[in-house]
Amino acid sequence: MDYETPEDLLYTEDHEWLRREADTDEVTIGITDFAQEQVGDVVYLELPADGTALTAGEPFGEIESAKTVAELFAPVSGELIASNTELEERPELVNESPYGDGWIVRVRISNAAELDGLMDAEAYRAQLPED
Amino acid sequence: MSATGPNGRSRAVLTPLTLRERHLAAGARFAPFAGWEMPLQYEGIVAEHRGVRERVGVFDVSHLARAWVEGSEAAEMLRSVTTFDVTTLPEGKAHYSLYCNETGGIEDDVFIYHLPGDRWLVIHNAANADADFERLRAVAGDAASEVTPETVMLAVQGPAAVGLLCSVLGEGFADLAPRDCAELSWQDAPLLVARTGYTGEDGGECIVPAERAESLWDALFAGGATPAGLGARDSLRLEAALPLHGNEIDAATNPYEAGLGFAVSLDDGAPFIGREALVGAKAQPRTRRLAHLAARGRGVLRAGFDVREPGGEQPVATLTSGGHSPSLRIGIGMAYLPTDLAKVGTMLEVNVRGRALPVEVVRRPFYRKPKG
Repeated sequence: MDYETPEDLLYTEDHEWLRREADTDEVTIGITDFAQEQVGDVVYLELPADGTALTAGEPFGEIESAKTVAELFAPVSGELIASNTELEERPELVNESPYGDGWIVRVRISNAAELDGLMDAEAYRAQLPED
Repeated sequence: MSATGPNGRSRAVLTPLTLRERHLAAGARFAPFAGWEMPLQYEGIVAEHRGVRERVGVFDVSHLARAWVEGSEAAEMLRSVTTFDVTTLPEGKAHYSLYCNETGGIEDDVFIYHLPGDRWLVIHNAANADADFERLRAVAGDAASEVTPETVMLAVQGPAAVGLLCSVLGEGFADLAPRDCAELSWQDAPLLVARTGYTGEDGGECIVPAERAESLWDALFAGGATPAGLGARDSLRLEAALPLHGNEIDAATNPYEAGLGFAVSLDDGAPFIGREALVGAKAQPRTRRLAHLAARGRGVLRAGFDVREPGGEQPVATLTSGGHSPSLRIGIGMAYLPTDLAKVGTMLEVNVRGRALPVEVVRRPFYRKPKG
């Protein structure tokens, strides 16, 4: 199966993506096309309040699908400055548009060096399962 | 993100479905279930669920264990092992019944079809297939025979299901009322059909010889049925508040606390396994009752979560089933609550991994199909 992996994003081993907004220390975070396909129909997201401090590698929220629940891990450390409130009414956006309207949180990063530890699209594609 | 999916043992030897290739072509993702390799989903659980609620879906339920009991003694034999008085069941009717143990606990729930010519077909849950067949053998001997491997069973469910079955099977199906069963034919082979199901929708369940199954599947598919997997089957039965053996009912629950008293006949006085215990259970006041819980906040209920009184520390119950209702767009679940907490309108909490989610006791079913 072919999964979308846009070139302009950074990726984690936990199948999350991260986009650095131009000329800021803000990043947008979501789950990848592969991840939304694996988890299935998203029905609910449990996310922390704005202002919450996130630590790279630590769980910060939950994503519930019709069949399972998965944890969301912070790809970088920083302060949560917004979550996608549209998902409260339309969680299916995570499936329909994982890199667009289905974005999950926006974070002001506290240590830009952490971005260097993430994968680019080519590296992420290389570690996706073959089938 | 890391998913904690169903913990299937991929190396276990699973029985493949006769229609495996058809399921693959329809995009099935398989999961192990009671020793079978079953379609968990195709397009997606929510889309399949809506397909059934809004139009028509087809489920391959060939894993359900099917056995005949035949002959002039068959009704009495069945009466001695099941709770419902099948001797009153007219020819051409199907009825829900239970296998209980000596203490009145539910060993399995079954559907019994009474077909012409003293032929009775019993539909069992896959997980209990061996024990159930032994139970029939013990009373019926060679009059009981298993037909699971030679046949395929398809459930066609949804508001457009009856129309589809009429167009595929012809007038024979059009004559059937709810819970009627009949032997029709499909491409010169016998086809058993009952106007029954497990989704809260109208429809039918068809059993055909394995060699005629592909053409029946193709005809249903061509007629607009959406393939639906075990995921949607579970969310549909949960919305309809139908119990699942192993979750709501098991060897330690009795039919009365499960709300299944309608499947127990005591008035005829006929002996059956568990009768004495059930007479006692019926006479006693209920200490707990299966209750239906609807989330009054955002979140998904799951089997195994604790139920507490608001602000309470101690669990008062554990969810037997839970999930997201695609029709109502809320979390729903079931649990055995102490009788005083099981009243409709009671507010409780469910412990969702450390977070208290408010829930309300509601009437069953959670979802009722709109009056047509």
